[in-house]
Amino acid sequence: MSGSADTPSGLSALDRPNSYIGRAVPRPNLTRLMQGRGQYVSDMTLPRMGHVVYVRSPYAHARILGIDSTDAKAMPGVIAVVTGAELAQVCTPWVGVLSHLKGLKSAPQYPIAVDRACWQGEAVAAVIATSRAIAEDAAEQVIVDYEELEPVTDMRTALDPETPVIHPDLGDNLAFERKLDAGEVDRAFAEADAVVDAEFVFGRHTGVTLESRSVLADWNAGEGRLTVYQGTQAPHMMQNIFAKHLSLEEAQVRVVCKDVGGSFGIKVHVYADEMATAALSKLLRRPVKFVADRIESFATDIHARDHRCYGKIGVMKDGTITAFEIDDLTGIGPYSMYPRTSAIEANQVVNLVGGPYTAQNYRARARVVFQNKNVTCQYRAVGHPIACSVTEGLVDLAARAIGMDPAEIRRRNLIQDDAYPCGSPSGLKFEALSHHAALNKLLAMMNYDALRVEQAELRQRGIYRGIGLASFIEVTNPSAAFYGVGGARISSQDGVTVRLDATGSVTCQTSITEQGQGSEAITAQVVATAIGVPMERVRVILGDTDNTPYGGGTWASRAAGIGGEAAWQAGKALRNNILAAAATILQADPATLDVVDGVVVDKGTTRQRIGLDEMARITYFRPDTLPPGFQAELMATRHFVPRQYPFAFTNGVQASWLEVDIETGFVTLLKHWVVEDCGTIINPQLVDEQIRGGVVQGLGPALYEHCRYDESGQLTNGNMADYLVPMAAEMPDIEVGHVVSPTLETELGAKGAGEAGTAGAAAAVANAVNDALSPFDVLITEIPLTPELILKELKRF
Amino acid sequence: MIAPVSITLMVNDEHVNAHVSPRTHLADFLRDHLGLTGTHLGCEHGVCGACTVRLDGDIVRGCLVLAVQADGAVVETIEGLSDSGEIADLQEAFRNRNALQCGYCTPGMLIAVQELLRQQSNPSRETIREHLSGNYCRCTGYHAIVDAVEATVRARNGANA
Repeated sequence: MSGSADTPSGLSALDRPNSYIGRAVPRPNLTRLMQGRGQYVSDMTLPRMGHVVYVRSPYAHARILGIDSTDAKAMPGVIAVVTGAELAQVCTPWVGVLSHLKGLKSAPQYPIAVDRACWQGEAVAAVIATSRAIAEDAAEQVIVDYEELEPVTDMRTALDPETPVIHPDLGDNLAFERKLDAGEVDRAFAEADAVVDAEFVFGRHTGVTLESRSVLADWNAGEGRLTVYQGTQAPHMMQNIFAKHLSLEEAQVRVVCKDVGGSFGIKVHVYADEMATAALSKLLRRPVKFVADRIESFATDIHARDHRCYGKIGVMKDGTITAFEIDDLTGIGPYSMYPRTSAIEANQVVNLVGGPYTAQNYRARARVVFQNKNVTCQYRAVGHPIACSVTEGLVDLAARAIGMDPAEIRRRNLIQDDAYPCGSPSGLKFEALSHHAALNKLLAMMNYDALRVEQAELRQRGIYRGIGLASFIEVTNPSAAFYGVGGARISSQDGVTVRLDATGSVTCQTSITEQGQGSEAITAQVVATAIGVPMERVRVILGDTDNTPYGGGTWASRAAGIGGEAAWQAGKALRNNILAAAATILQADPATLDVVDGVVVDKGTTRQRIGLDEMARITYFRPDTLPPGFQAELMATRHFVPRQYPFAFTNGVQASWLEVDIETGFVTLLKHWVVEDCGTIINPQLVDEQIRGGVVQGLGPALYEHCRYDESGQLTNGNMADYLVPMAAEMPDIEVGHVVSPTLETELGAKGAGEAGTAGAAAAVANAVNDALSPFDVLITEIPLTPELILKELKRF
Repeated sequence: MIAPVSITLMVNDEHVNAHVSPRTHLADFLRDHLGLTGTHLGCEHGVCGACTVRLDGDIVRGCLVLAVQADGAVVETIEGLSDSGEIADLQEAFRNRNALQCGYCTPGMLIAVQELLRQQSNPSRETIREHLSGNYCRCTGYHAIVDAVEATVRARNGANA
């Protein structure tokens, strides 16, 4: 897209007077949050509100023979006890499939299990009472008669003929399979000087949002309207789904999303217990609130990863990589999640493996199987950590096989920075990436050569430190290619409305949402810059289907790139409307005017002509003084969706410097570096903090985070004490650098940055651990890299 | 269920009389009875630190103290510490450094930081990280929080010099 007509040549559209683009301005909403005056769903109460607690299956797979709620219903304060069969009368089931994932199948899922529980933690009955405590007391009195069924827990045997089929109607436990064969893989391996392979294992983990999933549904029978206060990343998607499954018109549903205590992809899905809560409100004709407790969070928030991926790489003696091959297997629980499905992660793995490199020979297979464990679905950096760990693990293996330095083999194989636009063997289209610039910057930041010298010296003294590198590509700014083409009613465009108010301040409504990333801040920055007003004069409203344009929300690193561009275009449109009105008042040519700092000025000289407050006063209160036939339009709406590229790929590279204690198996992270390229940086501080937070969400699963199930499908560490998340003392300082390659598809040029940190952190750590342990001739390709695992590989345990 | 018990305490400089069920923990009492929802609940088993409040001058986990144990005590929450201005500089440092994202851990984090800074005038980066290890943050990765604490330390020491 070319620059706007009102941009002087030689300057970018962003070069506005007093631009906020690229400035680390603080977020406007922080003060409220720091004073404890945010409003999270878990803080909310409504008159006559009932609290729901779910009775959950203690078995991974069991038939429900009967539910006796007599005693529970008799307890003071209990409003109702509702079974799955009763709720099925109010809420229809759903099936989590998308048509562009050919062959993907799943079974109908009900808000509460009707006759069979398919994972430990699935809700089998709801108890609603006047307080949470009473509901919990009563839930203990609900007697459920179960017939235990054989659970399917090991993904490796899920497809064996002797393994029970979880959903007999589906025929087998294979939810989805994808195969890809590009180039001449067999020939490339045959001609390679070395071929190496390994199996990479990724534990299940989950997002552990500090505020658990919370929803407050309020069916007003008088209005015939359902208002759902929900911590969600996609309010309009939820509006559509509540309406569809509760047999309402969309106009009868309002979804309000206030402050959200962490999300990371956990809160973008349709959860059975949240649908049940909305259905209960309709059934009971009163507000009903559900707040998951921490054990429920571990047992029912979507899990992610849980992949076993075989990988193979061919390499020439000069370092040229000839081919990649993978065979990925993942277990997703008993249902494909709705509506985004649980096949996306495996699909992404196929798409992304080998992505940074020039090798054009690539074969892949991914299989997605059902099992009687909690459901898995899209969590931050969907598929990226797996693809990156497999790719970068293989590249390090190849380097080792030919005796080449890990930085050098990457230099020789990363796609050249002047080779764009180009594509990948899996069909990805790259507009402009900067792998070499990023790698060079990273190596300089970390002082790579000196670090290698230090490492060698320390090794002489029995101190085993490792350096791990990981290049990556990142999917951001998704178009309709992600979900819309598969039939999901998830908006891929976003919209922004801006309005000049009567005092010259600006009210902005955007369809993107805020979960802490800084959506509100960057929207205000972009709008203030586009119009020409101080940022503190812009108030941003988001997270309310009644009060924002229709749009997708905040997920898959789309808010800045897509919602930001909509904000830019809306701001520009309002500026033009302001100039038209001002020109009429001033009897000037609008082309000679501009808006700077809330004042209409002469372009060039910036001589002040009229303040926006005065202009708005005349426009709103004394339009009688304006010429006949002139109508000011001090409100503008614009939408945006990427059309040229299905996704705006970004790139980057990470490095980990760590020490392995070979006596205890403990890994100490000493330092972490990231260089990434998200295009135009709207707010450098917010980008850096997205990267840092993302890195730590990759370091957690690399070393600690793991949902541990036993062979009967019981989650054995579903609490904060036993499920380890990174704490401050264990985390390293993280240095972040940037290369800037704006996307030309938008005037803003911004791409996403939310996945980058998580994408490559585990790969860098795993490569560093193997680098540290290279004197011992061990190779560990499993995460989390626990002390137990490391000592076992070192044969010291 | 055991009948409610009468308690009297000071919360953020206000006298509070209430009847609470003996099993109600302090965080639920503050949130549900007093509407002080700045005290957050992350795990309700004493691990995450989101419910950190001050009880008779010491920081405690609001989910591990029963409301009846606070009978006769002085309780300070994030709302009180914000209004008194005691942590205004720390909050400003968090704001300038974007040391919070979703903000859910932040009230507990700020109270835990202030506790450290009352004990030590010049803690090292490692000491700050160690002290904050009982307060989980899932958004920031901690680096910005440590930076903000360091900035506050520098400013307070500069002001005292």
